[in-house]
Amino acid sequence: MNFLQFSFYLFSVILIVAASLVVTVRNPVKAVLYLVLVFFSAACIWLTLEAEFLAIVLVLVYVGAVMVLFLFVVMMLDIDVARLREGFTQYLPAGLVIAGVMVAELAVVMLSGRFGLDALPRPVARGVDYSNTRELGLVLYTDYVYAFEMAALILLVAIIAAISLTFRRRGGTKVQVIAEQLRVTKADRLRIVKMSSEITDGEKSQ
Amino acid sequence: MIPLSHYLVLSGILFALSMIGIFLNRKNIVILLMAIELLLLSANMNFVAFSHYLGNMSGQVFVFFILTVAAAEASIGLAILIIVFRNRQSINVQDLGSLRG
Repeated sequence: MNFLQFSFYLFSVILIVAASLVVTVRNPVKAVLYLVLVFFSAACIWLTLEAEFLAIVLVLVYVGAVMVLFLFVVMMLDIDVARLREGFTQYLPAGLVIAGVMVAELAVVMLSGRFGLDALPRPVARGVDYSNTRELGLVLYTDYVYAFEMAALILLVAIIAAISLTFRRRGGTKVQVIAEQLRVTKADRLRIVKMSSEITDGEKSQ
Repeated sequence: MIPLSHYLVLSGILFALSMIGIFLNRKNIVILLMAIELLLLSANMNFVAFSHYLGNMSGQVFVFFILTVAAAEASIGLAILIIVFRNRQSINVQDLGSLRG
């Protein structure tokens, strides 16, 4: 067993254990932390597939942004965990049976030899001068440039949707109304009072 | 060397685990969203594995787009979760039956 095989099977075991902890652990904060471990192990497995750019993107964007967003939300909400766990064990046997059958079916098809090393040999490892980012960019900005622009649009829609959903105007906040400030005239602010002149006590003594 | 089938079985196991998660945590929307993230990750792992073994970069481009859509989905889902919690002080799915669906 060489280093590549060792690291692949090690990361796979970590990924499976962490993923099963994500769905079974009681505390949602711990679930998010195990989810971070899942994504990190997945990034390491993608490195064994020479998908370096996507592995780094998974760590930076997913672990760095999306998981931190999850963590923020989970910590902000005051969740009653006990009520949410009702019926947890009730569906455990059915879930295990269905998942086991699914994995068995997939394994029967995939381990049948059609996806083995004889049918699809592993490509030779690329040299140091090969850049995965460059290759991905060459495809992304030529063949898929329209889809790339659509992806940017989807992110824009997500920004607007997230802000407009959670934004609320509170009563009693002080804001400037620029139009009223510009429209103001001398009559709105200044009042000239006509009155006869008076002499105060201090001025008398001088 | 590692055959392609081991990567596929790994992503199949990940898919099954997230299905179990959806079964078990039917009431907790946060865990449901996390299980959906796991489902998308297993699909992505298939794409990356096939892309490497077939020597075709298109699979990795698709993973790029799936990551984009998943990030958008997670942010909108969490925003909806926040307004649901703000209005009802609960994220239990059973408390959200007012539409009588």
